[in-house]
Amino acid sequence: MGFLDYAPAPESTSVLNLQKEYGLFIGGEFVDGHGSAFATVSPSTEEVIATVAEATEADVDKAIAAARKAYDKTWSRMSGSERGKYLFRIARILQERARELAVAETLDNGKPIRETRDVDIPLVAAWFFYYAGWADKLEYAGAGPNPKALGVAAQIIPWNFPLLMLAWKIAPALAAGNTVVLKPAETTPLTALLFAEICQQADLPAGVVNIVTGAGATGAALVAHPDINKVAFTGSTPVGRNIAQTLAGSSTKVTLELGGKGANIIFDDAAIDQAIEGVVSGIFFNQGHVCCAGSRLLVQENIHDDVVSRLQRRLSTLRLGDPLDKNTDIGAVNSKAQLARITELANSGDEEGAHRWSAACEIPARGFWFPPTVFTDVQTSHRIAREEIFGPVLSVMTFRTPDEAVAKANNTPYGLSAGIWTEKASRMLAIADKLRAGVIWANTFNKFDPASPFGGYKESGYGREGGRHGLFPYLESSDWTKGGR
Amino acid sequence: MARLSIPKTYKLYIGGKFPRSESGYTFEVTTPKGEFLANAAKASRKDARDAVTAARAAQGGFAGLTAYNRGQILYRIAEVLEGRRDQFVEEIRASEGVSAQAANKQVDAAIDTWVWYSGFADKYAQVAGNGNPVAGPYFNISTPEPTGVVVALAPAGKSGESLLGLSAVLAPILTSGNTAIVLAHPTQPLSAISFAEVLATSDVPGGVVNILTGDPAPLMPWLASHADVNALDLAGGSEGDWVTWQSDAADTLKRVLAPSVGIPARSVERIVAFTELKTVWHTKALG
Repeated sequence: MGFLDYAPAPESTSVLNLQKEYGLFIGGEFVDGHGSAFATVSPSTEEVIATVAEATEADVDKAIAAARKAYDKTWSRMSGSERGKYLFRIARILQERARELAVAETLDNGKPIRETRDVDIPLVAAWFFYYAGWADKLEYAGAGPNPKALGVAAQIIPWNFPLLMLAWKIAPALAAGNTVVLKPAETTPLTALLFAEICQQADLPAGVVNIVTGAGATGAALVAHPDINKVAFTGSTPVGRNIAQTLAGSSTKVTLELGGKGANIIFDDAAIDQAIEGVVSGIFFNQGHVCCAGSRLLVQENIHDDVVSRLQRRLSTLRLGDPLDKNTDIGAVNSKAQLARITELANSGDEEGAHRWSAACEIPARGFWFPPTVFTDVQTSHRIAREEIFGPVLSVMTFRTPDEAVAKANNTPYGLSAGIWTEKASRMLAIADKLRAGVIWANTFNKFDPASPFGGYKESGYGREGGRHGLFPYLESSDWTKGGR
Repeated sequence: MARLSIPKTYKLYIGGKFPRSESGYTFEVTTPKGEFLANAAKASRKDARDAVTAARAAQGGFAGLTAYNRGQILYRIAEVLEGRRDQFVEEIRASEGVSAQAANKQVDAAIDTWVWYSGFADKYAQVAGNGNPVAGPYFNISTPEPTGVVVALAPAGKSGESLLGLSAVLAPILTSGNTAIVLAHPTQPLSAISFAEVLATSDVPGGVVNILTGDPAPLMPWLASHADVNALDLAGGSEGDWVTWQSDAADTLKRVLAPSVGIPARSVERIVAFTELKTVWHTKALG
């Protein structure tokens, strides 16, 4: 055994107590769906974990009716402090069941247990704790005088951080006094269904949270429903466009958290080894299935060769394999379809003249896998420099001056994230001012916190999640919204 | 013999200059009773594209000014407007058919709107931004900044308050450092063009505000889908095909403010509606 080979250390799945089949969670109960049930598959083994109901338009209608009833009869009449106590309760149960949720998430999503255990699930609990405290303090949020809930929120989340995205959506919505119907992604519904059980365990009033499972058609039915007051969507830019089109002219509030093509800029005075760690966490965290990933590496020209060789050396130490193994760094790609997309885009890099380097790791026989990959000699016109790959693929480009770095970083229709690596604080702040992105990490990357607003510029969407700003999409102030004279 | 008066040619305002429409078309502006007042330029798609180019070119510089300086520039607009108030009162009386008292009241309100927003230029970021207590060794701050280039449809109230409508949408867009293309109210364009003379003779850099007159309907689909426009303020769009324009804007995920009832009230929310919140994390360490 070489020094990089560790004995297998798989996390046990005995903590899980999963059902074979899951219905829809509507009005506080699990009920049958009326579409064709579908399997959710473990992307690392391709084994079926459970069968999940598909919500039809009629099922969606029932879920929205349950949310409306809960809003009218219960939730909107409850004091903020009582609402907050339910959220605190949920936060505590999430902490108590943290390991179980981490294992379920890893099984269903394919991401390493190290990430679900240390990042996803702790942040989920933190999100509920943070917003629980806001429930009886909304007048201090800065959303205008006398802030009020909107009503029923329709929420659609992606598969890359399934339970964390649920927390980003549900915690602020409930704290602000709304009720919700949430649709998890079709490939990762498991932890949302476990969350439904937690709502029951917390005695959350029936209908305050409803979970409907299904694919695009279920989501479309949710968005087009006339009795919703709010749509919150995290996912791809094309679907975000469709939602914005569907809701043009309506009074339904919309927030969209969409794609990105984040630039990670390394100046020649940066602490290079720290920067390498940041680049790795920027694009290889969660197999690169991160909308705010630092997928474009902009390196000052004079340190390009050094950075690339150190990066390759570091990537060669990453362990790819069983996501449940505690030593695993890189897990499975979430689905066959996503693997096909990553493969296709990486191939376009070869065809357009960039040079591919992939870490030499053994690819398991079953499941969906893509090795950590770095492209050098990338031109700004290449597809791998322009399109969101949503996989462990990094495109390296160079710059000479700070102005060129800014111009290249901003040369994208997206504007979600960016990173800056320099030891010179004045330069960092000047560059941060000029970057057109909603989240900028300086000498760090991919940090998230419930107190910190997150969201994009330009075609990365609109609205913020996190912090007091994350309440605004779920509140209106009678004094402000009327306008007019 | 009485002296022959010199009527003004009303032109567009693009990039700090007063061009005629590239199309060569004009339209007649009349009193409410239908009497001829002036020929105004009918802006074309090409004019609209030129206005976007001018607004984009001016945006970085305008946003890069200090907030204090921008506040002074907006205050200067109020000063110059005050000095030219008689011109506006006269135009408003003729084109909107209102009394001298009503016209004066409108000009007062417009001037006060500019003063109100000018004072917010170096304060709104303190109201809308935040230092964030994250759980880790990081300095974390959220600050709003302008979204970029904004297209606005100037409203006019029921009695046709065109100068106030223009000021009420334009001032909050400029406060944070956006640049603007304003489509003047279609039947009340005169005070918009006279307002351009105020802009040209105050301290507002050329291209920061571009004013188009004419029918918004043929221009808006182009502006709503223009990839170099960041946001739409449809305040004055309630009678137009605004739902289609909002839908057109979805293709480039523009920020859109829906039509308002009457003239929008002053609010910090209107400033914030055309900003983006940027959150910067930085590590903290002694060594």
